[in-house]
Amino acid sequence: MYRYSTYILVLLLLTAYSGSSQTAEEVIHQIRTKLEKVNDYEAKGKMKTNVTFIKIPIANVTVYFKRPDKLRIKNDKGLSFVPKGTVNLNLGSLFTTGSNFDIIDVGKESGSNLRIIKMLPREENADVVLSTLYIDEQKMVIKKAKTTTRENGTYELDLTYGKYAEYGLADKVIFSFNTKDYKLPKGVTFDYDDGSDEKIPDKMKNRKGKVEITYSSYSINKGVPDAVFNSP
Amino acid sequence: MTPVIEVKHLFRYFGDIKAVDDLSFSVFPGQVYGFLGQNGAGKSTTIRMLLTLIQQGSGSIEIFGMDLKKHRQEILRQTGAMIERPDLYKYLTAKDNLRIFATLSGIKITAAQIKEQLERVGLADRADSKVKTFSQGMKQRLGIAVALVHDPKLVILDEPTNGLDPQGIADMRKLILHLRRDLGKTVFVSSHLLNEIELIADSVLIINKGKKVAEGNKDDLLNPAKTMVELITDNAGKAYALLKESAWAENLVSHQYDIIILEVDKSRVPELNRSLVEKGINVRSLRPKHSLEDYFLSLTGH
Amino acid sequence: MWQLFQIEVYKIFRRPRTYIAFAVIAFIILLIQIGLKFGGKEYVGIVMSGLNETFEAPTDQVLNGYFVCYLTLNLLLIHIPILVALIAGDMISGEASMGTLRLIVAKPVSRSRLLLIKFTASCFYTLILLIWVAIFALLLSVLLFGTNDLLVAKVSGSNIISSADVLWRYFAAFVFAGIGLITVAALSFMFSVFADNSIGPIVATVCVIIVFTILTQMQIPFYDETVKPYLFTTHMLGWKGFFYVKGVEGVTVDGSIENFPAIVKSGLILLVYAALFVFVAIWYFRKKNILS
Repeated sequence: MYRYSTYILVLLLLTAYSGSSQTAEEVIHQIRTKLEKVNDYEAKGKMKTNVTFIKIPIANVTVYFKRPDKLRIKNDKGLSFVPKGTVNLNLGSLFTTGSNFDIIDVGKESGSNLRIIKMLPREENADVVLSTLYIDEQKMVIKKAKTTTRENGTYELDLTYGKYAEYGLADKVIFSFNTKDYKLPKGVTFDYDDGSDEKIPDKMKNRKGKVEITYSSYSINKGVPDAVFNSP
Repeated sequence: MTPVIEVKHLFRYFGDIKAVDDLSFSVFPGQVYGFLGQNGAGKSTTIRMLLTLIQQGSGSIEIFGMDLKKHRQEILRQTGAMIERPDLYKYLTAKDNLRIFATLSGIKITAAQIKEQLERVGLADRADSKVKTFSQGMKQRLGIAVALVHDPKLVILDEPTNGLDPQGIADMRKLILHLRRDLGKTVFVSSHLLNEIELIADSVLIINKGKKVAEGNKDDLLNPAKTMVELITDNAGKAYALLKESAWAENLVSHQYDIIILEVDKSRVPELNRSLVEKGINVRSLRPKHSLEDYFLSLTGH
Repeated sequence: MWQLFQIEVYKIFRRPRTYIAFAVIAFIILLIQIGLKFGGKEYVGIVMSGLNETFEAPTDQVLNGYFVCYLTLNLLLIHIPILVALIAGDMISGEASMGTLRLIVAKPVSRSRLLLIKFTASCFYTLILLIWVAIFALLLSVLLFGTNDLLVAKVSGSNIISSADVLWRYFAAFVFAGIGLITVAALSFMFSVFADNSIGPIVATVCVIIVFTILTQMQIPFYDETVKPYLFTTHMLGWKGFFYVKGVEGVTVDGSIENFPAIVKSGLILLVYAALFVFVAIWYFRKKNILS
């Protein structure tokens, strides 16, 4: 029976895919619906930060989320250096402006077969200027999202799914963002010149930074107290 | 007998200044050897060369029959010294000072030995006092104890009575004689004070401007056949005139104020007195002068 | 030899001035700790000014015992040489001005040996002082501020070291700082041989350190390329090298040192300087006329 139903499902999907392709609006709607199944979660994972001007150890983190847009990353121990903007790790935040945006269907990305949909908020002063989503229509999940903001440059999410795909929750997220200039007042540190600085020129300038979180487990819709979102 | 110290043709220049100029002398075992000279005569330079504090110029220094340059350590192990002021570690106790210099001399010293050494110089009751609380005399005595702490055969004392009160000088004198007489040590002692050397020394070396002016047995230097006589009368002018016309004329040396100085045989002093009295001169005082002092003054031209 | 060394150490630790250094260090470190306890966040803010735009970072976590220790060493290791000079610069000249030099030189110990023993005693004092610094800067800071990962800020990029990976770096850094301070002791000791009073060598050492440190720090290309690589003060900062870690794609590699050969080189340069200073001291002292 199980085998049979799977067969039916695949067949249906194939039909849907090859035949009457869904509209962009429909796809967005399905994805939103899926994401809205998750009210809150608490996830364990490892966070790797890659920013040129700082070296940070891999951190064991807990990520807390609560709808609609609360997200917090906490280090289990050690210094918790979390890049600003990681609140956007939560895909739901793409849709917080409700349905108040224009949807443009760009079609399929050649090679990967991902559906590309652009969303432009209609609100004049919204921070987000443009979001581009790359969607796996088979699993109905967002594989990649590029967001351009007024204030904080462009950031990008790359997502890999596993057993939490049904909730639209990724096993691995790579968050890319623009770093701000790094500068220290001279005379504060009295550096030792070990000759290793010349190898990396211009690393203080505006560049891309990356955060990679690999989740090991999610605990979904079990309730998360609001207190965890309050600083610190 | 091998001399304890034998210096031959020693020179030492500081730039153009001849601090020590062709100095030769020998010090024999068991002697208290007086090293006499005015301040700046070259005494300190000589002593510092003996102790290897300053580099030796040309010439040779042998101590205990060994060349000082080649056998420095062996020689210094048997030599004790107090050089000028008795400078010690002021922030340490008398006991600590003794212990430190004993160790530097290469010997181990027990608490009992320390006590004994301090007793010898009369400081046993101040063993645990810091040196900065000591009087000059106490420091001087501790300096001697430090010089003797390793029981050296040769003791070199540079101006040991400097800054001492009369009692201190007397004590120092006693101590030096004790070292020679009771402990059989050879003592090389420098001073610019004649009477001090006169009272303790067996032999004397006199230097001036780095040069030796006299060396010899104290008694020979002190008791020559002729001596200077200081004559004070109630009428110096008349006495001088009378003497000048008498047979004593050739003995007259000088006439200053009320004092007439003559050089005569010691045996003829009573005769001189008699002849003056016979001529109606009242003699108030007629005494032989310190011969070494005169000797010293005449030699050094002061 | 051992007895003579003991005596020199005894002499050092019997003098009240020896304890000035210990008191000063304890006092300064306590001042730093009190200051950071009550106003540390502002200071951390300055150090993190380059990071705050990009990261959400909790200043109260950054301000931990390891960070306070790093900061203290940063501030102190430039000034401890003055305290080292206070003793090392006095080793020979102090005896000369006290008048005891002529007594010890007239003892059956060769001058070279005497000098080596005295230098070893100066080094011993220096190391005891350093241990004192370690107790106050590291132990007390950890007791007062706790431990956490260590943020090390530098102009060319910061790094964070896991708390478990910090302690050995401090031990290594203290060993290195010991070499640096011994070089200062050697310099001061050398000056001490030339002088008959202790003020001269102490002032001379302090002047050399001030001038060299300025040349090291002011970042003028002309000096950076010519004299800076040869100044021992440049290499004295080498202890920090133990806190510069390697990174793979921005991730700290535990147990790594960014450029260990550079630290070794700096350490060797310091040792060469120290040996040179001691050699000059012995060479001069062997023929010095003791006139004091």
